[in-house]
Amino acid sequence: MSAATGSNILHFALVGTPNSGKTALFNAITGSRQKVANYPGVTVERKAGIIQTPSGHRVNLTDLPGTYSLRGRSPDEEITRDIVLGRLASEAPPDLLLCVADATNLRIALRLVIELKQVGCPLMLVLNMIDIARHRGIDIDLKKLSQELGIPVVTSAAVRRGGTEDLMRRMDEIIANFKRGENASTWKPPTSTELRAAQREADRIIRAAVSQPARPDTRTGKIDAVLLHPVAGLLILLCVLFVMFQAVFAWAKPVMDLISVGFDWLGVQTHDLLPEGLLQSFIQNGVISGVGNVIVFLPQILILFLFILLLEDLGYMARAAFLMDRVMGGAGLHGRAFIPLLSSFACAIPGIMATRVIDNRRDRLTTILVAPLMTCSARIPVYTLIISAFIPNKTVWNWFGLQGLVMFGLYAAGIVSALAVAFVANHFFWRESATPPFMLELPDYKVPRVRSVAIGVYTRAVMFLKRAGTTIFSMMVLIWFLASFPRPPEGATAPAIDYSLAAILGRWLEPVLAPVGFNWHIDVALIPGMAAREVAVAALGTVYAIEGGKEAAAQIGQMLASQWSLATALALLAWYIFAPQCASTLAVIKRETGSWKWMALTFGYMLSLAYIASFITFHVAVALGAG
Amino acid sequence: MSDRHRAQQRVPLGVERKGFRGHIDAIAAYDAPSGIPPAELERRLLELGFVEGAKIEILHEGLVGRDPIAVRVNHATIALRRREAMAILVS
Repeated sequence: MSAATGSNILHFALVGTPNSGKTALFNAITGSRQKVANYPGVTVERKAGIIQTPSGHRVNLTDLPGTYSLRGRSPDEEITRDIVLGRLASEAPPDLLLCVADATNLRIALRLVIELKQVGCPLMLVLNMIDIARHRGIDIDLKKLSQELGIPVVTSAAVRRGGTEDLMRRMDEIIANFKRGENASTWKPPTSTELRAAQREADRIIRAAVSQPARPDTRTGKIDAVLLHPVAGLLILLCVLFVMFQAVFAWAKPVMDLISVGFDWLGVQTHDLLPEGLLQSFIQNGVISGVGNVIVFLPQILILFLFILLLEDLGYMARAAFLMDRVMGGAGLHGRAFIPLLSSFACAIPGIMATRVIDNRRDRLTTILVAPLMTCSARIPVYTLIISAFIPNKTVWNWFGLQGLVMFGLYAAGIVSALAVAFVANHFFWRESATPPFMLELPDYKVPRVRSVAIGVYTRAVMFLKRAGTTIFSMMVLIWFLASFPRPPEGATAPAIDYSLAAILGRWLEPVLAPVGFNWHIDVALIPGMAAREVAVAALGTVYAIEGGKEAAAQIGQMLASQWSLATALALLAWYIFAPQCASTLAVIKRETGSWKWMALTFGYMLSLAYIASFITFHVAVALGAG
Repeated sequence: MSDRHRAQQRVPLGVERKGFRGHIDAIAAYDAPSGIPPAELERRLLELGFVEGAKIEILHEGLVGRDPIAVRVNHATIALRRREAMAILVS
C-alpha cells in the first residue's frame, strides 16, 4: 500500500501489439471518462482516464500506442518506449504495465512480454478476448502460463458485460502487494539473435501452457476467401466505399433538414425579439445562421466516422490496406497509407495525424502531401449546396441518383488526383531512395462492440463541435463584420454590402479569379473559408443574406441558382477538389513534418491545381453552353 | 524432381504461389531486394513471428503481380510484399 498512500494516485499503462484489442479494453474500463490529447511537443495521441478499483484506489490508466517491440521505429512507438522506460519527463513513470494480448493469437504478444520483463517495472499479462479463445476451443493453462512467464496473468473479454471484473480485482491484489524499490531496467534494443531466442522461448511456453483445438477456427479464412479475392475483393471494397458515400449523402438528410429548420426558427424568433438594427443583424445573420450552417453537417460527419470505426473494429481496414497496396504502390504510396487517406475523407487533420503509423519518413511525407486532396467532410457542405442547387434531382440508368453520382465523381476526382500527385512526388523527390516495406498483421474478424464504436464517434462529435464553437464561430463573426462595415452612406441606393470591407476585398480579388468564373461574392466567401472550408457556405449565406434581406438566408441554394451560371457552379466544385482552403490542415502539416517547406509546397501545388482545374472547367462548360 | 528431393530444397517464400505450405528454414535478409537495411528487415520479420521452424502457408495473393501475399505463420496472418518475402527461405 506504500505506493498507493505515497502519491494518492497510481499510474498504470496498457501496452500491447496492434490488434490486441487494447483500445477496446481501454474503452471498456474507462468508458466516457477518458481524455484524448497530445503528448507535448509531438502529435502522438495521448489517451488516459482515471478509474477506480473495487477497493477504492484511484488509477490513472494510459492507453499507449500499439507496438511489436520497444525499439521505437516510429514516433508512436517511441512514445510507448519512453513511457514504459520512464524516460518521458512530462509523464509519471508507470507503477504497473498491463501487457494486453489477444488470447487467440499469443505468439507475437508473448515475445513482447519477454522483452517487457527486462524493463523492471511490475508487469501483468492480460489475455484479452478470452471469450473468443474459449469459444474456439483454445485451452490456456493460466497457472502454467503465469509460472513460466514469472508474472501474474489475468483474463478479460472487453466486449462482454462484466468481462473486465477479474482484471479490476487483480489490480487491487497487485496494489495491495506493491513493493517499492523496483528493479532497474536492463532493457536495450534486442539484436536479431535475442529476438530469435525470445520468440523460441515464447513458442516453448505456448507449447507448455496452451492447447490448440483439433479443428481450428476457419471463419476468418472463409470470409477472407471472398473479401481478399484478387478481383471480388477489390469490387467489394469499391462497393463498401460507394455505400459509405451514398449513406453520408442520403441518410443524413432528414436530420440535417431538422437542424436547418431548427436554426431558421431560432433566427426568426430572435429577429422578432430584438429591435431592428446592428445587434439584430449580428445575432441572426452572424451568429445563428453562421453556426447553424456549420452544425447542420454534424450528422454527415458522424455517419462517416461511424463507417470508419466500424470497418476498423471489424478488422476490415487492414484488408483494405492489403487490397490497395499494389494499386497505391503503383502511385508510390504504402498500403498502410490507405488508412490515413481514408480517415482524410472525414478530415485531413486526423488523417495526417494517422500517418504516424507509417514508420518510413518518405512514405509518410508523400501521404501527408496528398492527404488534403481526399474529399474531407468540410467539403461536403460546399458540394451539397452547389449540387442540390444546380444538379437536377433525377434518376439515371434506373438506379443511381444523379446528385449522388456527381458527388461520387467529385470524390473519385480527389482520389485520382491524389494518386497522380503521389506518383509525381515519387519520381520527383524520391528518385534515389528505395521502396520501404509493407508488412501488416491481418487480425481475425470480430463483431464490433457498440459501446466502443459509440465512444469513438462521440469523441469525434465533441471535437467537431468544439471546432464549430471556436474557430468557425469567430470566423463567422469576422465575415459578418467584413460584410457589415463600413455602413452604407446616408441615402445609398445599392445594397449595403456593396460598401463593405468584404466587397473591397472581393473586388480586389476579382480580376485574379474572374478567369475561372468566380464573381466577387464567391471571392469574399473564399477568404473566411480559409479557416475551415465549410465556413464558405455560411459566408455565402451571410453575404447574400445581408445583400438580399433576411428572407434570403433561408434558401442559399435557391439564391445561388438564380445568381450563378452552371459554369460558375461547376468551376467552384472543381476549385474545391483541390484548393488548400483550410488553415488548420496547413498548420498540422507544418507540425507533423516539422518544416515550413512542406507546408508551403502543399499550399502551392494545391492552389495551382485548383486554379488550373476551375479555369478548364469554367471554359469547357461555357463552350458547351452552360455559361 | 521427386517429392522427396523437393522437400529438402530451400526456396524463398517470395517465389511461392497461393496454397504453398511448409516451414521456415532460415531468414536470409541479405539476399532480399528490400528497401530497408538487411539487419533491420531481419529484425522486423522476427518481430512478426517469422522464426525458423514456424509453419507457413500462403493464403492469399494480390491482383497485380500476385502481390502482396497474406501468409499464415503458425496462428497469425501477416501481409507482406513478395520482395520482402524473398528473405524468408522455406521448404
